[in-house]
Amino acid sequence: MDFIHTHLLTLILFIPLVGAGLIALLPREQGKLIKWAALLISLLPLALSIVMVVNFRPEAPGFQFPDQALWFPQIGSSYHVGVDGISVAMVLLTTLLTPLALLISFSIEEDVRAFFALFLMLEGGMLGVFVSLDLILFFLFWEIGLVPMYFLINRWGSKKGEREIWAGIKVPSRTYAAFKFMIYTMVGSLGLLLAIQVIGVVAGAAQNEPAMFDIVRLYEFWPNFTGTLFGLPISTIKTIGFWLFAIAFSVKVPVWPFHTWLPDAHTEAPTAGSMILAGVLLKLGAYGFLRLVLPLFPDQAAAAAGVFAVLGLAAAVVGGLAALGQDDFKRLVAYSSVGHMGFVVLGIAVAAKAMGGGVDAADAVIATNGAVLQMFNHGLSAAAMFALVGMVYERAHTRDLKAFGGLGVVVPAYGGVLLFCTLASLGLPGLNGFVSEFMVFRGAWPVFTLVTALATLGLIFTAAYLLWTIQKVLLGPLNETWRDMKEINAREAVAIVPLMALMLLIGVWPSWLINIFNAAVMRLLG
Amino acid sequence: MNFPLLSVITFTPALAAVVLLMLPKDRKDEARVIAAVASFFTMALCIWAYFSYDRAAGGFQFVEQVDWIPAIGTTYHVGVDGISLPLLLLNGVVAFTGVLISWGVDDRPNLFFAFLFLVVTGVFGVFVSLDLFYLFFAYELAVFPMYLLISMWGWKKTRNYAAMKLTLYLLIGSIVALVGILAFYFEAGLQTFDILALREAGVGGAFQKAWFLPVFLGFGVLAGVWPFHSWSPDGHVAAPSAGSMVHAGVLMKVGAYSALRVGVELFPEGAQFWLPYVILLTLVNVVYGSMIALAQEDFKYVIGFSSVSHMGLVSMGFATMSPIGLSGAALQMFSHGVMTALFFAVVGMVYDRAHTRHIPDLGGFAKIMPMAAVAFIIGGLVSMGMPGFSGFIAEVQIFLGLWQARNLAWWYPWVAVLASTGIIFTAAYVLRVVQRVFFGKLKPEYAGLPGISVLDKVALGILCTILVVVGIYPRIITGVIELGVTSTLALLGGG
Amino acid sequence: MGTFDTSQLLAILPQILLVVLALIVLAADLGTPRGKKRSLGIVTAVGLLIVLIVTLAWPETTEPVFGGALRVDGVGKAFQAIFLLSGLLVALISMDFRPLRQDGAYYAMLLFSVLGMSLMAAAEDLVMLYVAIEIAGISAYVLVGYMREDALSAEAGVKYLLFGAFSSTVMVYGLSLLYGIAGGTGYGRVAAVLLQTPFQLAMVAFLLVLVGFGFKVAMVPMHFWGPDTYQGAPTPITAFISVASKAAGFAVLARALHFLFPALNNDWPALLVAISMVTITLGNLLAVPQRNIKRMLAYSSIAQAGYVLIGITAGGVAGITAVIFYLLVYAVTNIGAFSIVSMVASHIDSDDIQDYAALSRRSPALALAMMVALLSLAGVPPSGGFVGKLFLFAAGIKAGLVPLVVVAVLNVIVALYYYLNVVKVMYTVRSEHEEDAIAVPAPSRLVLVLSVTGVLLLGILAAPCYNVMSNWVTGWFS
Repeated sequence: MDFIHTHLLTLILFIPLVGAGLIALLPREQGKLIKWAALLISLLPLALSIVMVVNFRPEAPGFQFPDQALWFPQIGSSYHVGVDGISVAMVLLTTLLTPLALLISFSIEEDVRAFFALFLMLEGGMLGVFVSLDLILFFLFWEIGLVPMYFLINRWGSKKGEREIWAGIKVPSRTYAAFKFMIYTMVGSLGLLLAIQVIGVVAGAAQNEPAMFDIVRLYEFWPNFTGTLFGLPISTIKTIGFWLFAIAFSVKVPVWPFHTWLPDAHTEAPTAGSMILAGVLLKLGAYGFLRLVLPLFPDQAAAAAGVFAVLGLAAAVVGGLAALGQDDFKRLVAYSSVGHMGFVVLGIAVAAKAMGGGVDAADAVIATNGAVLQMFNHGLSAAAMFALVGMVYERAHTRDLKAFGGLGVVVPAYGGVLLFCTLASLGLPGLNGFVSEFMVFRGAWPVFTLVTALATLGLIFTAAYLLWTIQKVLLGPLNETWRDMKEINAREAVAIVPLMALMLLIGVWPSWLINIFNAAVMRLLG
Repeated sequence: MNFPLLSVITFTPALAAVVLLMLPKDRKDEARVIAAVASFFTMALCIWAYFSYDRAAGGFQFVEQVDWIPAIGTTYHVGVDGISLPLLLLNGVVAFTGVLISWGVDDRPNLFFAFLFLVVTGVFGVFVSLDLFYLFFAYELAVFPMYLLISMWGWKKTRNYAAMKLTLYLLIGSIVALVGILAFYFEAGLQTFDILALREAGVGGAFQKAWFLPVFLGFGVLAGVWPFHSWSPDGHVAAPSAGSMVHAGVLMKVGAYSALRVGVELFPEGAQFWLPYVILLTLVNVVYGSMIALAQEDFKYVIGFSSVSHMGLVSMGFATMSPIGLSGAALQMFSHGVMTALFFAVVGMVYDRAHTRHIPDLGGFAKIMPMAAVAFIIGGLVSMGMPGFSGFIAEVQIFLGLWQARNLAWWYPWVAVLASTGIIFTAAYVLRVVQRVFFGKLKPEYAGLPGISVLDKVALGILCTILVVVGIYPRIITGVIELGVTSTLALLGGG
Repeated sequence: MGTFDTSQLLAILPQILLVVLALIVLAADLGTPRGKKRSLGIVTAVGLLIVLIVTLAWPETTEPVFGGALRVDGVGKAFQAIFLLSGLLVALISMDFRPLRQDGAYYAMLLFSVLGMSLMAAAEDLVMLYVAIEIAGISAYVLVGYMREDALSAEAGVKYLLFGAFSSTVMVYGLSLLYGIAGGTGYGRVAAVLLQTPFQLAMVAFLLVLVGFGFKVAMVPMHFWGPDTYQGAPTPITAFISVASKAAGFAVLARALHFLFPALNNDWPALLVAISMVTITLGNLLAVPQRNIKRMLAYSSIAQAGYVLIGITAGGVAGITAVIFYLLVYAVTNIGAFSIVSMVASHIDSDDIQDYAALSRRSPALALAMMVALLSLAGVPPSGGFVGKLFLFAAGIKAGLVPLVVVAVLNVIVALYYYLNVVKVMYTVRSEHEEDAIAVPAPSRLVLVLSVTGVLLLGILAAPCYNVMSNWVTGWFS
């Protein structure tokens, strides 16, 4: 037990990675064995992260459960992990969603071994980002998650559709989407890498080391660093660095106008892939803002806060409007993600503004807490929504909203679940979405009044398209094609019920979760 | 310990080559077995050398020295330090895996393996040599048999042209370097070719500035420095798989290694003067190489140009003249060697089955040879500098080196920024070939083709393991490299 | 001077032995039935081996003998050894060269030619020099035209004779001019007088003499006879001329430059640098388009002469040692190559490079040996050719001849190109005669083994040989 406590994060991080390796070694034909093994492996990190949540002391300063080992001393990078409240919430979300997504994926039949191995690898990559306390290590996990996602979309994505790339050359849509996902993210992370390198080398030079990448030490060093670099004043360098970081994370969030990869990727990804993509992967970007951008570039962030507020608004409104125009169920949910993440960006913008002072601390804390909570909530609801889209698609083999109708009669249980999740998503009081969105608006109002006011438009659009969806799918005259549609089964129920339970729990009693990260947010904002 | 480890490593392949040459031509299986045993033995010795190198002591170890031609002051002087040791290991690994994947060579396999081993011996010779004369001797020995490998077993369409082009390019380069070496020898006036002694010669700055470029670029031809790279894609494409593996995998490193050991270390002032300009050439390598690779329709040309691009990073690392940058370059040599050997092995496997390398005609090969596909993907991830694999460890060091060296010239940060775009192009071409060759629909005419053999799997397994282990646990190799880099930097007047 | 005692005879014991050997061969010819004359080659070879051993074992002298006509010093000895070795190997390959009529006169002529050359190597007197050159030359003319039935051979003999006669006539002008200036024929005396002679006069004499020497080494512009003669002559004789004759030319050139023309020490290097550059470049460039292997080797041997000139021009212990070492390597290499040409020609009656197609499949050993020889000619390690060229280049750079070395070095590339073309034909081109192995008679096999091992040993373990030569050469400079 002692080992587990001292290396808790390492275990959480490496169990999926090692598990992926083990899965890859199982015989290819044993599909069932592989599925169960993967599920069991993914339950271990969940159990450990519950242990972590229980033992976490929110009020204690700094990073907890630290673990550090020599890794790459030549460039001053070490294996250094640790969590604060924000990371704890994200780790919990990741470890929770993975087993559920795996459960949903039991219907996969093609190349099962590779799918489940990649999925566990993906989990490891995401967890790594949330627990890394070293810039190089952070970047390592940041990138490594791309690989499994690329293959999940490319190999198990939707088989239909073609996209013309240029000059009449056509590729399957899923290939196009996977490629776009990969290249967008890599272009973003390229700037991130360059900025990391500059910071590391400059910090190292000041400390008489080859380079320094430890995030905890950089918190102290970088914001207070002054002087000139490459013949430019340091503030210019910092501004450039800030934008490189910000763009990399914005692509991932995605902040409008860097969001165009997302609907493609979501639409083409397999159900479980979409769940994780929307549920966790998008949070990596927002997490990056909170973990790196705000602490390392407080002044620059404050200066740019307005821009991000407007971008958040744009995402909320444009996402909502675009969703309103979709006939494809999955694409609709995908755009709803853009919209929901817009509120997260708005909350972060408030936090950024607060880094420069001049903002009432209480407002900022509320907005930021709201943003973090919204990240968690959106993780739950988006995962649930994509799971539900996947279920109906598996049965109907279409996602065209116009083709459905009256399913509430045929599959009442499914209809109930869909209704529940939709209401949570649109922010019905008593369910989780309401709490976080309210907190963001409450915190943002005094800071960006106009923007916040306009952002409420996003809420209206959201309500509109979600209700409209309900109407198109569940209500109205029954499309006779679907008379024999099968009801939600036990496996699917097991996957979806925990999500619904949490939505309800957070809706009625959000403070258990907020307490975890509240202290961290307050420290972040000084 | 007086066991002449390095000599045994160097000359085992040569001995095997002699035996193979004398074998009757119909004893094909015997030839293969002899080749496999000899190369395995060599690889095992290399591994042993790698792990028994005393890291606490550092410096040159396993040193042997015997008089050779005293009249001109040359000795058979060998030893390895932190820079050459990983390369020694690389050569051992590539030779063994190269033999394994060449099991199917049916036309005079004894000659094939014999010539391959001559290259391998030459390469070992360069990596271990501490004497300029011996270094050059081995260098030439390594280059020449490549001609035969390509022209005898290469791709019929271009092999004659490519073999001749390659040989002449490399020879011109090496001979230009030779003139520089001789000039240095007389300028130093020590009557010795011993590298360690010549390092202390204290040759004048003006002389160094005049002669650095011929020597560095002369060897740089083999390292594929732009604009002297054009032999490389042609040569790699025309060569048989094992030939490409050895050539791109280790032979190009011979060029880079010699450019470092002779060019930079013996002409430190010249290096300090010229390298900030040379880095611009290497920038072209990196960016242009990866862009051209993206435009190729021939599977093997993609890999050929990717080598141009990656080897540019090696020279770029040299040009940083900083501890991290040099370590990165040394590691990049190793990493690229393993990766490109893996690439060419897989390309060969695909070609052996499809009899075409035209990318639009391929597709779905992951169904036929899943393990080769996985191996290629791992290689691709290394190639695009994906963290967690060896390529990232090397590249991040090179880039850090560029930032560290920011005061050498105002354009260093810009070089870093521009070179990093190469990563995007690399990602694009890797994804493109992965998608077009291994995924997508398998054409009906390829259905039912045989999978890869156990030997192929062993070879790919070894290469993949190295790439991943170095990526996850870089200290296994960076610790060694660091020891070598320190002494190089001391020569450059840094620390 | 002027006194004579029998001990001086001992100094030329090897030459005396050569004459005896020639007489023995001629005598044996009478007693050998027509079909068995091939065995005379063995007699010649064994005899030459004995002479070679005697030569090497005999201590070199520093004092001139025969009134200053000869000086068998270290350098002379080294050159003599090269001639004897060449003669030996050529005798062995001659035995099975089918187009050639085997008889005692042939081998005797060969021996006389060797005799003339070995006198050339030691001559330090204008008259002695001329006599030696003519002994060597006249027997060579005969040998070149020895296949009388063959039009090419006859033509080659005539051409060689005419060019030879022309060049020795010019040379005689030079020699007599020198005599006229100095009033004596000994090198020492002439050299001393030349120091006080007007520059133009000395230069004219030098140029005239150089024409004669240049003919022997086939340097540009005295190279025109080369390709036709090489192509037409019996292949073993081609080998002999390309190696021994050339080496003899360098022997007299080196000695003359050192002992006869010190007065021009500041002037001739520039001239030789120019000649060397042109010779190397022209020889290599003209070799590229050749389709006949003997013509190709002819042009390549012109180029090789240019490389040797680097060492001659550089001078000093390093330069002269490099020359001797290179000529030894060249002898071993080139005779090896020609022995294969001779075997192939005996088998398929062709010298076309195209007909070497698939030689690696017909006779792998022959192809391998040919490749080793060609690579040594090109200067690829681990062959002796590599080390030899390196010594030459090093000597050149040491003497400050950097531009010349650069030109030479670039030419190595051109040379590699055409040598590799032969390798390519042997190794990659297919042919319908792949099952028809080329016959390799025992004497030729011996030559091949000696050649290949020699080439490799001289490359890998150059030091012992080089050291001995270097010691011999030091005698000139101490």
